[in-house]
Amino acid sequence: MTDLPKLTQRKLGLVIDLDTCVGCHACVTACKGWNTENYGAPLSDIDAYGANPVGTFLNRIHSYEVQPEQGCAQTIHFPKSCLHCDDAPCVTVCPTGASYKRVEDGIVLVNEEHCIGCGLCAWACPYGAREMDAAEGVMKKCTLCVDRIYNENLPEVDRVPACVRTCPTGARHFGDFSDPQSNVSKLVKERGSLDLMPEQATKPINQYLPPRPKDKMVSSDQIETLLKPVAKEPKGFLSWLDKALDAL
Amino acid sequence: MHPAPSIIIFTVFSGLGFGLLFWLGIGIPDISGWNALAIYFFAFASAVIGLVASTFHLGNPQRAWRAFTQWRSSWLSREGWFAVIALMTMGIYALGIIFFEYAASTIGFIGAIISLVTVFATSMIYAQMKTVPRWNHWTTSALFLTLAVSGGAILTGQSKTAAGLLLLAGILQVVAWMTGDTRFGECGSTIETATQLGGIGKVRLFEPPHTGSNYLLKEMVYTVGRKHAGKLRKWSIMLMCVVPALILLVLPANLFVGIIALLTHLAGTLASRWLFFAEAEHVVGLYYGRR
Ligand code: SF4
Ligand code: SF4
Repeated sequence: MTDLPKLTQRKLGLVIDLDTCVGCHACVTACKGWNTENYGAPLSDIDAYGANPVGTFLNRIHSYEVQPEQGCAQTIHFPKSCLHCDDAPCVTVCPTGASYKRVEDGIVLVNEEHCIGCGLCAWACPYGAREMDAAEGVMKKCTLCVDRIYNENLPEVDRVPACVRTCPTGARHFGDFSDPQSNVSKLVKERGSLDLMPEQATKPINQYLPPRPKDKMVSSDQIETLLKPVAKEPKGFLSWLDKALDAL
Repeated sequence: MHPAPSIIIFTVFSGLGFGLLFWLGIGIPDISGWNALAIYFFAFASAVIGLVASTFHLGNPQRAWRAFTQWRSSWLSREGWFAVIALMTMGIYALGIIFFEYAASTIGFIGAIISLVTVFATSMIYAQMKTVPRWNHWTTSALFLTLAVSGGAILTGQSKTAAGLLLLAGILQVVAWMTGDTRFGECGSTIETATQLGGIGKVRLFEPPHTGSNYLLKEMVYTVGRKHAGKLRKWSIMLMCVVPALILLVLPANLFVGIIALLTHLAGTLASRWLFFAEAEHVVGLYYGRR
């Protein structure tokens, strides 16, 4: 049934640190790599080497420029994938029951065997987290690497989503938001995070940590103090070296 | 939205078919035998052509039957059920009228109501979308329903009723356009709420995720030129409402006049429906610095 579960036992999801992300797209590549070979149909590319390549991606990185009232503009990289919403509108619109939210961990999944490719769920999602695969005609979305996180054939460090495992700056964190002691809950509490598009009332699980305030430019006389020579006469080893070189 | 022909045909023709079945179900016009066969054939053909067209945009139409399973939560699924029940009920009623000159009026009445509910369910597939503020409004359902019964009224030769309904549809269409144009701005979603970076300052897209296009942009961030849309709006309201209403009021009521009125009405409705999809602005456009 595409009714949403009243309560999920856990709330698995991601924390994405916008302060740390450098927009390298490593997570995009890792996601495409893992998910094209595992859960469901491969993520196809159409006209990959031609003039108008398009392809299916479960994770895309936007870059924004934010201009504060005073000071320099900031560039912020913004990775975006399914937020595994608690009140997922994509699930309830699905006519076939292919889209569902799991009771055990809150992951929102598509059963591709049942999906007719009507595209309605992609329309219902405010975040653009679902893409129809052009080759297979079924809906693709982030699975939170459901085939990694419980996979006992993988070493324990690899039992996290591919994007989290690969991020070279550690900007992505995976965990259970229903547990107040989990790494993700602590991060959210410490840094304060906001739901994306709260007015859409989807109750997203994934959270974004806001960029930290930037260092302020110091005034020029402060710089001068910093640039003053620390010693007029060399002392110690350097003084000996100076003298020794002079003597040569 | 990318205005897919299959979806335009689906909503317009199934609307027309069920709109006609509504009138037939309440016993208008009072016909039997061959005449009844012809008009029922037209109603069923129109509804079924629409429903079949709707499967053309599916990625996997061979499993379309699965769409009947989620009636508890999904309007698309409900639409499927209502369509089937309406066609079956009206089929039984039609058999009585065509072959036995017997009008089982209770069955007809039930069929008429379910036909309208089917059109309502179709409209709710779009009107439920919070992500598309232009659609997310009562005018969507009101317009779908009024257009369906207007078309049905033309086909059942009720010139006066049809003209009145067409004018009502015209008013609803203008209200839908005028209020729809500002609804995105009023819905509260901006690039700042989408990114939650508004606390720092004014946000603009610096770089999209990819240099090329993608499914979302093609499907949901379709844009029509304003000038283009304005012109098309004028044409569609003239053809959909004004011209057929005038034809029906001024010219003598006969089959030929009816056909002309129907064809202009259909042309205008197709244009209006094209605009309905083409002008739909999805909030996901905000992430792409567009809408
Ligand atoms: S982000 Fe979109 S696809 Fe994911 S659960 Fe929320 S509404 Fe559904
Ligand atoms: S595209 Fe597939 S998963 Fe999405 S609503 Fe349609 S049937 Fe459900």
